[in-house]
Amino acid sequence: MISKGLFKKPKNELEDHHWVKRQSDPAIPSELCRSCPSCKQLSFTSDLDNNFHICPKCGYHFRINGRQRLNMIIDPGSFTEHHQNLISTNRLEFPGYEEKLEQATLFSHENEGVITGIGKIGGYDVALFVMEVTFMMGSMGQVVGEKITLLFEYATEHHLPVIGFTVSGGARMQEGLLALMQMAKTSGGVKRHSDAGLLYIAVLTDPTTGGVTASFAMEADITLAEPEALIAFAGPRVIEQTIRQRLPKGFQRAEFLLEKGFVDGIVPRNLQKDTLIRLLSLHSIPKGGDDHGSL
Amino acid sequence: MEAYKRVALARKKTRPTGQDFINNIFTDFIELHGDRYFGDDPAVITGIGYLLDMPVTIIAQERGKNTKSRIKRNFGSSHPEGYRKALRQMHLAEKFNRPIVCFIDTSGAFCGIGAEERGQGHAIAQNLMEMMSLKVPVISIIIGEGGSGGALALGVADEVWMLENAIYSVISPEGCASILWKDPSKTKEAANCLKLTAQDLLELEVIDEIISENHRDFKNVYRELKLNLYKRFRKSQILSPEILTQTRYNRFRKFGALDITK
Ligand SMILES: [Zn+2]
Repeated sequence: MISKGLFKKPKNELEDHHWVKRQSDPAIPSELCRSCPSCKQLSFTSDLDNNFHICPKCGYHFRINGRQRLNMIIDPGSFTEHHQNLISTNRLEFPGYEEKLEQATLFSHENEGVITGIGKIGGYDVALFVMEVTFMMGSMGQVVGEKITLLFEYATEHHLPVIGFTVSGGARMQEGLLALMQMAKTSGGVKRHSDAGLLYIAVLTDPTTGGVTASFAMEADITLAEPEALIAFAGPRVIEQTIRQRLPKGFQRAEFLLEKGFVDGIVPRNLQKDTLIRLLSLHSIPKGGDDHGSL
Repeated sequence: MEAYKRVALARKKTRPTGQDFINNIFTDFIELHGDRYFGDDPAVITGIGYLLDMPVTIIAQERGKNTKSRIKRNFGSSHPEGYRKALRQMHLAEKFNRPIVCFIDTSGAFCGIGAEERGQGHAIAQNLMEMMSLKVPVISIIIGEGGSGGALALGVADEVWMLENAIYSVISPEGCASILWKDPSKTKEAANCLKLTAQDLLELEVIDEIISENHRDFKNVYRELKLNLYKRFRKSQILSPEILTQTRYNRFRKFGALDITK
């Protein structure tokens, strides 16, 4: 059973983590209140649950896991997951990697760092991927790369738009160059989907960095971002170490990327589903019947 | 030889740089500058020249040879402009049906304020996507250090070759040791674990060929590269663009496709 504090936060150089636990897990006693990391105000957990995990006082977006995100976006009961049983192996025999994978599986209740599948958003058939921040910071190894590529290939074959939510610490170094190759592989999948005239919308969430930023996160036709999400190639600490100076406030946040021209818009969580439906509609995506994509 | 010794050799200051490979393999090279958006990145040299009788596009990361030129070249670490300049030349190569040769030698894409605000991640991502569907043959050669995404941005090729003492890694051994083990003294151990040598990567099928470096005499290396490139491009001249891009796609598609399902 999992108890609070048993598992250390994944060791990653990126920022503080503000986990939102899965409410469905009986082993975790539900907290009545949560303090907002941004404005420090307390909110009832039940209020946050009903408010897309957005702080009602200041609008801060608490980090959420992939299943929570999936439930906010997809029409209820319409999601069919693909390849959920793919799991990573330690081909490079990297020391300690098996243990890390085991911890990540226990901690996240997921088999890997991305959930993929097909479903409906406002009745529109879509292929969807949602990266999982609680599995080794959503880092990309071979399984993440494979599932994303398989999804783009499936979407190309079945003429579906792809909607993707990114969150990642970058390439997974325990898989060495085989992790790096996933950047090329996924980019190939995106390119073929794009060349087939199909729509890909990426929603970048906090944090999206490294090899994921330098591949499929930055290859969409339309790129949206969550408010204040950190979106970077090199993380702030790496840059501070390289240039030996402090970074300006707001650097590499979603609002900064909007100003610099690298995202199309910033969409708060409560408006994301509606925005996606309007975009799908504007691209004349056909609405599917009930026979497709339902459980 | 242990992995960290290769790392040291790959980074050795006296090791030939991109410009040396251009000078010794091609003739009548004309350098072409600039990305047409922001500037000209001296960390990447691009242009056209002859490979024997064949006009080719050449893209080379350049570290610099002395303190002054190293500073000018930013030690071979590109800003987004370097990748965009490379991509511009690749598209010209496609238009005029010239094969492309990329020489990779960088510790990584530059991590700085300007690089980030002008879209380092975006620039690399666009290269990965566009290179995948280039309708002309592409060969990438890692001549020194192949540092992560900054190297891969010139490495989506039909074949990837590597010099015997070059390295190619998802992260520097120093970075790996300090992030994963919080212990910079474990750099040598990290170098072993990362499987970054040419021999390791040939076994993992990440690269297709190792170019041997005999007696520290790079004349042999240049000669071998010149002949091998020529032979390889002659062979791919008869391939249709469809077969060329499909083969390139498959080359990268195979990584992690077979051995992860339990
Ligand atoms: Zn708040």
